[in-house]
Amino acid sequence: MSARDDERLYHEQGVTLPETPPPSTDPPPWRETLTVGKRRSRVDGYERLSGAAIYPSDMQLPGMLHAAFLRCPHPHAKLTSLDTRAARALPGVHAVIDDTTPEAAIDWNYQGGEGGRLFAGHCRFEGAPVAAVAAETPHIAREAVEAIVAEWEVLPHVSDARDADAEDAPRIRDGGNRIGEPSIYTRGDVAQGFAEADAVVERDFHTACELHTPLELHGCVAAWDGLDLTIWESTQGCFRVQEQVAGYLDLPLSRVRVVGHYMGGGFGSKLETGKYAVVAALLARRTGRPVKLVLTREETMLVCGNRPANSMHMKVGVRKDGTLTAIELTGRGSGGFWRGGTGLVDWLAKDLYACPNVRTELTSWATNAGNQRPFRAPGHPQGSWALEQVLDELAGTIGIDPVELRLRNVPGESQARGGVPYSSTGLAECLRDGAREFGWEEARRRTRESREAWLARGGNGGAPHRLRGVGVGGCVWVAGGGGPPATVLVRMYADGSVTLNMGAADIGTGTRTVMASIVAEELGVRLETIQVENADTGTTAFSGPSGGSKTVPTDGPATRDATVALKQQLLAWASEQLDTPRENLRYAGEFIEVRGRDQRLKVTDVERLQRRRSVVGVGHRGPNQEGLAICPFAAHFCEVEVDTLTGEVRVLRFLGAQDSGRVMSRKTFDSQVYGGIAMGIGFGLTEERVLDRGQTGKLCNKSWHDYKLPTAMDVPADLVSLPIELQDDRCNNIGAKGLGEPVTIPTASAIANAIHDACGVWIDDTPASPPRVLAALRRQRDRKEARR
Amino acid sequence: MRDRDDSDASRRNFLKTVGLGSAALASAGAGQGRAELAAVEPEKLQKILLSINGRQLSVLVEARWTLLFVLREQLGLTGTKVGCERGECGACTVLLDGVPRYACLTLAVEAVGHEVTTLEGLLDGEDLGPVQRAFVENDAYQCGYCTPGQVMAAEGLLRENPAPDLEQIRVGVSGNLCRCGAYANIFRAVADAAKLRRGGGA
Repeated sequence: MSARDDERLYHEQGVTLPETPPPSTDPPPWRETLTVGKRRSRVDGYERLSGAAIYPSDMQLPGMLHAAFLRCPHPHAKLTSLDTRAARALPGVHAVIDDTTPEAAIDWNYQGGEGGRLFAGHCRFEGAPVAAVAAETPHIAREAVEAIVAEWEVLPHVSDARDADAEDAPRIRDGGNRIGEPSIYTRGDVAQGFAEADAVVERDFHTACELHTPLELHGCVAAWDGLDLTIWESTQGCFRVQEQVAGYLDLPLSRVRVVGHYMGGGFGSKLETGKYAVVAALLARRTGRPVKLVLTREETMLVCGNRPANSMHMKVGVRKDGTLTAIELTGRGSGGFWRGGTGLVDWLAKDLYACPNVRTELTSWATNAGNQRPFRAPGHPQGSWALEQVLDELAGTIGIDPVELRLRNVPGESQARGGVPYSSTGLAECLRDGAREFGWEEARRRTRESREAWLARGGNGGAPHRLRGVGVGGCVWVAGGGGPPATVLVRMYADGSVTLNMGAADIGTGTRTVMASIVAEELGVRLETIQVENADTGTTAFSGPSGGSKTVPTDGPATRDATVALKQQLLAWASEQLDTPRENLRYAGEFIEVRGRDQRLKVTDVERLQRRRSVVGVGHRGPNQEGLAICPFAAHFCEVEVDTLTGEVRVLRFLGAQDSGRVMSRKTFDSQVYGGIAMGIGFGLTEERVLDRGQTGKLCNKSWHDYKLPTAMDVPADLVSLPIELQDDRCNNIGAKGLGEPVTIPTASAIANAIHDACGVWIDDTPASPPRVLAALRRQRDRKEARR
Repeated sequence: MRDRDDSDASRRNFLKTVGLGSAALASAGAGQGRAELAAVEPEKLQKILLSINGRQLSVLVEARWTLLFVLREQLGLTGTKVGCERGECGACTVLLDGVPRYACLTLAVEAVGHEVTTLEGLLDGEDLGPVQRAFVENDAYQCGYCTPGQVMAAEGLLRENPAPDLEQIRVGVSGNLCRCGAYANIFRAVADAAKLRRGGGA
């Protein structure tokens, strides 16, 4: 940890490095690995723990001003007048810009070319900005915003997709409140499928809107140097911000540098450029000073995205032997005024379990609320909530264990892609090995006995009132295979030490550590000695934003490609120097060995390297193999305790069995699994954006006091990460698939199934809050009493 | 932004009293437009003596400035993070006389006469302290943004209770949100840090 620790560059002698393939050939798959997949601490642990890591919101520049927005306080309103004179007159205020400011008359594109101007006066959601201020301190900037006098004509609004097509719903959108045509998918014949079923279950579900709320606020610092603009932004993708800002400001890419070395979480909400980046740049240009524009927590909850709420009707048919005959899903949702709100909600229904007859129909409605943004596995946790519960209900109806029912329906290919094979599929192993590791069968026996004893006593809350249950859920993630483009540079100095240069952000998932592990694996240098430079459009090679579980399978293969290219160059030079054919040489870390001879050359004694002082290997991410679906799979198992007096659900333990191909770094792999489970617990038990539906339409819980994230008291200490590490030689040259999304897909549905296992009630809507659980228990009791 | 009438003048006065409000706007008669409000001098700067990480620092502050703002924006100690500025997330946790405290809910002037310890204060030269080392070793973080606050909460806990059990650890860090969900590893890190602090190996 300290600077005085081991300074050695190379691993112990005697390790065997991967063979270096001849130029223009793919490196063979790794088998045994030395660094990759091992339990190693992160390469940037020191920076993150010491405070040395500078996050964009930590940036300070000489003369820097602070900016703030004036935002629309209504879900739907027109600005009728705006008086900024008092704000401008405040001491310490340097600029106020609004829609009348010439350079701010920019057409904004929320989606598909729509969005109105940057400071459009017709505001379609609470929080739409209409002016911005730059001042000496954040306090003065806020005061100036308060001093702006805005008058509004409040317009009728719709705040929930369930109200958007009501007869008396206000028409908020030209051409009707519906966004686009319903999205319909069919395969086979569901009517026929249901006719063939021995049991059919159908239920209505609703999943609440979830807010990303990463710990670091959305924001940036913008500074001009003549015609050149630099933006330090908390982003998942600095190159995307560069392209979008350059587009809005009509600048060449070479004049816009976006730096995002560190960032404090995004979960999908920092994949795109916010208005704040463009506005900070405009204010900085106008004032001639650097400008910091970091949103408040309340603002981020209004305007920085969400996982849309979804209403779903799920109907599934099954034969007595457990084979599925039909799945039908109809759903609706809203991604705000500009965006659809049902994307990928039906993917699990279409692809996860083998079923010949499937029909899905999804409809998006416009509402007057903040835009959705991709949120960790878009659509999937919602669809899982419905599908996995109905499967468990069917398992109960036909008397098959829930794990067994899922195992009987593991598909051999990607059905939603018309039968394309997966590069690898570990769904069955996730279910089987996960169940064994979890102690599923024993736990099921135990919980059944306690539930039946409790129900026999009338299930009326008599002691014991704390009942335990276990639940399972399976999943696939639609993507996770990565793909081009990405370029990575690996450089070796004359002393043999190495730097890694890549565009990808490390959003907390361990990207730096994973990529450095790849370099270490190929070169034999110690992980800790590799300097990583990343996420800076001015100094690093291109990569897309980190999201969708695509960073490891995108930038990982490019990193291996770059490292192999570096070795090939050194081998070519050594071949020249030793006057030995290249194929007779072997790259072995500190030395280049001559095969079959007791001769070796120190890498740092390669003359060309010494003359040039450094050598660079360039790697690119090539296309994936055609005709393959590259997808990670998972199964989650949990045990909960339901308090039948209070309705409180406590999660006691969780196991995540994950097939993401090769484990690239065991510590960061496990942390992803734990983190995905924690987030899924929030989705299932505590999180819900509340709009004042039917009244003002405003966001009621725009704070962490009222919008409940899981805390240290809600997430169990007993978390198990079980990698299902299949050798996948077809997905890419590192054998790894994505991990970040599948770790949070079946979490909430496993909890819902565990609640049912504990006390016999189904929870249709998220979050499974105490009032909701109590209401379900009350209904169960009433039904029993009515039958008596 | 406020409504046109200025009926919240009393709220503003209250905020001014506790140091959070602003004196930049003079009060105005009801019905007057904002444009007619006269600007007054910004809050006066006052000199205070702060004791931070064992050093005495003389700083010019406005009475309304939080300790968080002064640490980060005036002193450049950005190890202490901003998450909500309303006492909900704990990213800004520092120690005040060894006890965890949200720096966003503490005015700089309130810290006078107290020893303030920030993340930077746990370093020994360039070396990480025991809690920091335990966090690295246990991978008790992902994005790392809540981490300084978690570390300070853990440090405060261990100063008070050198050998906490799991439940005490959970309570000790329960005022610190982690959206990446690193809690389970944070529990392990704090337990390990307790051992490190007691000299139970490195």
